Amino acid sequence: MSPRPPAEDEPHRPSTDDRPPAGHGPRAPGEDESRRPVGERFRRFRDGVSSGANESGVTPAAGRRRRRAGEELAVPPAEFTSYYGRPILKPPVWTWEIAAYLFTGGLAAGSSLLAVGGQLTGRPALRRAGRVTALAAVTASGVLLVKDLGRPERFHHMLRVAKPTSPMSVGTWILTAYGPAAGLAAIAEVAPLLPDRGPWRPVRRVLPPVGWAAGVAAAAVAPALGTYTAVLLSDTAVPSWHDAYPDLPLVFAGSALASGAGAALIAVPPRQAGPARRLAVAGAALELFGAHRVETRHGLLAEPYRTGRPGRLLRAGRALTAAGVVGALLGARSRVVSALSGAALLAASVATRFGVFHAGVASARDPRYTVLPQRERLQRRQAGEQDG
Amino acid sequence: MADPVSRPDPPVADDPATAAGWVDAPPRMGFFTDTSVCIGCKACEVACKEWNGVPTSGLDLLGMSYDNTGALTANSWRHVAFVEQPRPAGHPPAASTGAEPTARTEFLGMPGAAPPGRTGSADGRSDFRWLMMSDVCKHCTRAGCLDVCPTGALFRTEFGTVVVQEDICNGCGYCVSACPYGVIDRRADDGRAWKCTLCYDRIGAGMTPACAQACPTESIQYGPLDELRDRAAARVAALHERGVPEARLYGHDPADGVGGDGAFFLLLDEPEVYGLPPDPQVPTADLGRMWRRAGVAALAMAAGAVAAFLGGRR
Ligand code: SF4
Ligand code: SF4
Repeated sequence: MSPRPPAEDEPHRPSTDDRPPAGHGPRAPGEDESRRPVGERFRRFRDGVSSGANESGVTPAAGRRRRRAGEELAVPPAEFTSYYGRPILKPPVWTWEIAAYLFTGGLAAGSSLLAVGGQLTGRPALRRAGRVTALAAVTASGVLLVKDLGRPERFHHMLRVAKPTSPMSVGTWILTAYGPAAGLAAIAEVAPLLPDRGPWRPVRRVLPPVGWAAGVAAAAVAPALGTYTAVLLSDTAVPSWHDAYPDLPLVFAGSALASGAGAALIAVPPRQAGPARRLAVAGAALELFGAHRVETRHGLLAEPYRTGRPGRLLRAGRALTAAGVVGALLGARSRVVSALSGAALLAASVATRFGVFHAGVASARDPRYTVLPQRERLQRRQAGEQDG
Repeated sequence: MADPVSRPDPPVADDPATAAGWVDAPPRMGFFTDTSVCIGCKACEVACKEWNGVPTSGLDLLGMSYDNTGALTANSWRHVAFVEQPRPAGHPPAASTGAEPTARTEFLGMPGAAPPGRTGSADGRSDFRWLMMSDVCKHCTRAGCLDVCPTGALFRTEFGTVVVQEDICNGCGYCVSACPYGVIDRRADDGRAWKCTLCYDRIGAGMTPACAQACPTESIQYGPLDELRDRAAARVAALHERGVPEARLYGHDPADGVGGDGAFFLLLDEPEVYGLPPDPQVPTADLGRMWRRAGVAALAMAAGAVAAFLGGRR
């Protein structure tokens, strides 16, 4: 029992504070304010003041969040209980490298498809640009993926197993098949630079057919490379990624095509860039269709895609995609306009990938996205069981 | 939501060790954590750290009742949750019916020098109840972490438990996002994933896991899962009889979204009050459908590329 009635404590409290007396020791006025009273952190959290990760690396999400002007929440905030507002799930430990890889992987895939088309239809500039972009993008992908590991020196442990239940393992093998093919195809582009005499002569002769085969092989794997990343994200407990599994692959496929087309629009003279322009249209259509579904068909779990930073990124991506497509079509004769459109398409793909990435992270940080849909599912199941 | 009422494909046999290829596996072992007798002493947290050599989590006063651990992390493989719930004075918790809406968790300001609910006047007084629960890795029958691990670092033991091999894990972090309970975690300074091993070393030698051994109230019980499930059912029945209708089991049902937990619980409130997901599902339950959707998108990609080259002269 307290030797001192806690009521004595009252004058030291802010008058707006209506919580039950907790009985801290007496605090002299002017006492060191850095010694926060017990429960201070929780109350700050509860009042929605706290934001960002706290010391334990877990970000409590505010129960009530401010709405930004112009962002209507389609779903009214529902009541739910949680343990001090703490996230139930662990937010992904992946950092920006993975979001960037989503972009570079897609860029490589789109570029390889354009390269093989250029190769088969006699557009050497398109072929060359596609192959070189693909090699650069897949190299960047490898670096990003290894860098994101907790133990980068153990990256080769990925090659110990082939596990169909792990999209990351599947992706490892896709990259293992794709990387060397894309690399060989790009290396073959140096053939014309080699001397046609002496020891280099046979190399110069053999490279083009090797590059041809490698280009076809890379393109055959490219659609898998461009879309498996959607399964990589969806096959997690992260609510907004998991729930979006039917539609995310469309977004990623479209974004991959559009970014590949964007790179080609920058690198290829307009005369040979016709297919890239058409691919930009096709990719943009696929991406916008998929993104629309992601943002509208998933109830509460679509909210993270529309609000906050991810919402802004996805809107920016949409605007840039539209600008890029319009520029690519209208500026078909101008090298400068084409290149600018290409840059817009590349930027759009980056914004979309980071938007999708951060939407998932936000959904894992806030327990409401874990609790409410699961409660709803439970209720639906119980209702179904009662019906029959 | 595309497939809202999706249930996992038929649950794998309740014997995950055999399903994982073990021959003559011993009975599946697990934990039954009966929160109704937990006194919040945190002996389990300490014993686990001591036995497994888990690094400190740092001294951090979270202001969440007596819980300064916060959550299960790479450095906390047992976590005792403290929930403070105000109740109207004069009504023991037992008098409430399980049907009435759950009291919201409210922070009553403990620890403090005086018990909560003491105001000067008799009217303002309130009673409260304390829920304490020692949380741990659930060692799921269908474990998301295990399914997605791309290195094979996570594996199923002969006891049906799920363990990380620290010499294999390369810290890809996939398991962290795939656990529907938010259990497994990557250690910041070490880069690898860590979680409860159900004391694989101890149970292999026929001993009891450190936490269960240390628990002074037998809130944590260790044993063959079948036996634990029987014991738990009897305990719930006894509590219901004694007027605790809110007692319920969590994670005991082999038909749930993760095929049942190897470590399950008796709770006195809804799971989310303790920070547990109300209806967890292993993410890989939808994997077949996911690959099919990705396949459709991949075909669309290829078709788009073909159309781009055939669709015009230039
Ligand atoms: S609770 Fe999480 S970490 Fe433990 S076995 Fe299940 S999925 Fe894995
Ligand atoms: S972090 Fe380690 S244990 Fe977890 S999925 Fe990756 S390799 Fe497996």
